[in-house]
Order: sequence, then structure tokens, then C-alpha cells
Amino acid sequence: MFKRLFSLVLVVALAAAFFPLFATIGDRGDVSPLAESYLADAPDALGSANLVTSVIVTYRGLDTLGEVTVLFAASAGVSLVFSRLGSSSDGRRPVQNHAPSELVVTGAGLLLPLIFVFGVFIFVHGHLTPGGGFQGGVVIASGVLLALLAGTLTELSHGMLSVLEMLSGAGYVAVGLLGLWLAGGFLDPRFLPTGEIGSLFSGGAIPVIYSLVGIKVGAELSGVIDAMRRRRVVE
Amino acid sequence: MMTQILTVLAFLLMALGVWGLMSRRHLIRIIIGFSLLDTGVHLLLVAFGYRSGGTAPILSDGIGVSGLVSGAVDPIPSALVLTAIVIGLAVTALMLSFAVRMYARTRSIYIDKNKELKW
Repeated sequence: MFKRLFSLVLVVALAAAFFPLFATIGDRGDVSPLAESYLADAPDALGSANLVTSVIVTYRGLDTLGEVTVLFAASAGVSLVFSRLGSSSDGRRPVQNHAPSELVVTGAGLLLPLIFVFGVFIFVHGHLTPGGGFQGGVVIASGVLLALLAGTLTELSHGMLSVLEMLSGAGYVAVGLLGLWLAGGFLDPRFLPTGEIGSLFSGGAIPVIYSLVGIKVGAELSGVIDAMRRRRVVE
Repeated sequence: MMTQILTVLAFLLMALGVWGLMSRRHLIRIIIGFSLLDTGVHLLLVAFGYRSGGTAPILSDGIGVSGLVSGAVDPIPSALVLTAIVIGLAVTALMLSFAVRMYARTRSIYIDKNKELKW
């Protein structure tokens, strides 16, 4: 009872902290000067049509490298937690004991190629349309989950996942260093021709970086799904 | 008007999340509360970047660079939120695996049954 009251007080305090924001905020007609300079200069400077991608991959590229690192650390943590769990139980028993339904199997056969192609499309076109490496990678990992549920894939090769992850992570840093060497600075994508805005080969190294991120995220999340699926708590 | 609606919605989600975090004892529900809080923060950040009648900050046939400068929403909060969503996903996956580990160790998913973590 006392705890409930405390939670309620906390929510009310949150509301009080937010009230000045509600009272003063309104629709704005303009954006901040920094955003305005991005909007005005980024398309010509980088040749990428999607400005959110320009900000993520180039202007805040170091943040994105850090983000990929956090994702890697989290996926390594999940694998670690589940592998420790396995040693205390009776080994590796898959959770699924009965065959998947026919609906899932047939649907997976129809949808899997489409899902993988869609994921690749999303990260390859990240500089042109909404989307990018993270979104494409998640779509690919969801395809892997469907394949595991339908029994199309029974075992994920951890060696292949690690190699993919390692190569794409090292490739990301290598592209960044190439930018430092050949262009203006670390993660500067302009060492490749920026091309014509709106075509697939434009934006310098942005599509290369986003494809590497897509492969890395796809491999990492597939690893997380696999780690969670393999181990079970013995009743 | 739109910004205010988004801010109120973000506050409601955050309040729901805080309430869930504080009042639930089931670990999975606490994690759901955390996710709601997370989503509320994302919505708040996106609301700050909105401008009235704004379009997506993507160059396309109808909109030139001048159109972007006069009409597109702020791309920076969108980029930050994209980062935040991915980090939130990673943190949620890690929390869920800790929940599984805790259940395996203590055979209980309720936090008040676990005396080890009490102060």
C-alpha cells in the first residue's frame, strides 16, 4: 500500500516536472540553425538523398560506431548469460519438441526469400529511402527467426555468424580509416565519388558503410535469437 | 498543436512506464514498463524535432534543397531516436536474458521473492 502511494507520488512528480514543457511548447515554424545548415548543405556535400542517413553515418558517424559497439556488447552479454545457463542444466536441448504447423512451413517457403531480399533492399537503399543498416539487419534477423520456427534452418553456424560479424565490424572501421586517409577525416565517405543524388551509387561510401552495418546487425541479432532458442531452463 | 499532442502522449507513455516499473513485482512486467518508458522518451525527442506541416528530411523529385530548408523536420532528433531505439533493443534483450538467468537461479520470477538483491 505504501509502495503504491510512493509510485503514485513519483508519477505526479514526473507530471510536475513536465508541466512547464506542456505550457510553453507549441508548433514551431523553423528548425535549429544546425539542422538548417544540414538541410541546406548536406545534399550537395555528400550526395545522399536521405538526410537522416547523412547525419547518422557521416556527421554523427562516431556515435553510430559506438552504437554498433554497444549492440555487440549486448549480444555478447546475452550469449554469455545463456551459455552459463547451459552448463548448469542438462546441455543443449532445443525448445521446440513438436513439428511446426503446416501453415508456418508453407508460409515460410513463400515469404523467406522475400524477407531476405527486402532486408537487403532496405540497407542498400538506406541513403535514398527511409531505412538503413539497422532496419535492414533487423528484417534479416526476423527472417532467420521465421526460418528457425519453420524448421527450414535447424542449426545456425556460430562460426559463420562470428566471421560475418567480425568482417563487417572490421570493414566499418577500415572504411572509416580510409576516410581519414583519403578524404577529410575519420568516417568521411567522400573518398568514393558522391555521384548523382538519387541514384543507387551515390553518397560516396555511405551505402558501403550501411551495408556493413546491416550485415553486422543481422548477424548479431540472429546470434541473440539463436542463443535464446537453444538453451532452456530445466523444470 | 501536433507537438503538444505528441508531448502529452509521450508523457502518458512515460508515466505508464514509471508506474509499471515501480508497482509491478513480476520481472517481465517490469521490463515491459521499462520499454514503455523508453518509447515515451523516443516520442518526446521526435516531438522536439517536429515543425508544423513538416515533411520527411529526404530529397525527392517534388522537393528541392530550398524545399527541405523551408519545410523538412529536424533530421538530428530522428537520427538520435534511431540510435536510441537500437540501444533500447539491445538493453531489453540483455534484461530479458538476466530475467531468465534469475529464474533459473531462484526459481521465481517475482522480485520480492529474491532477498539477495534487497538493500
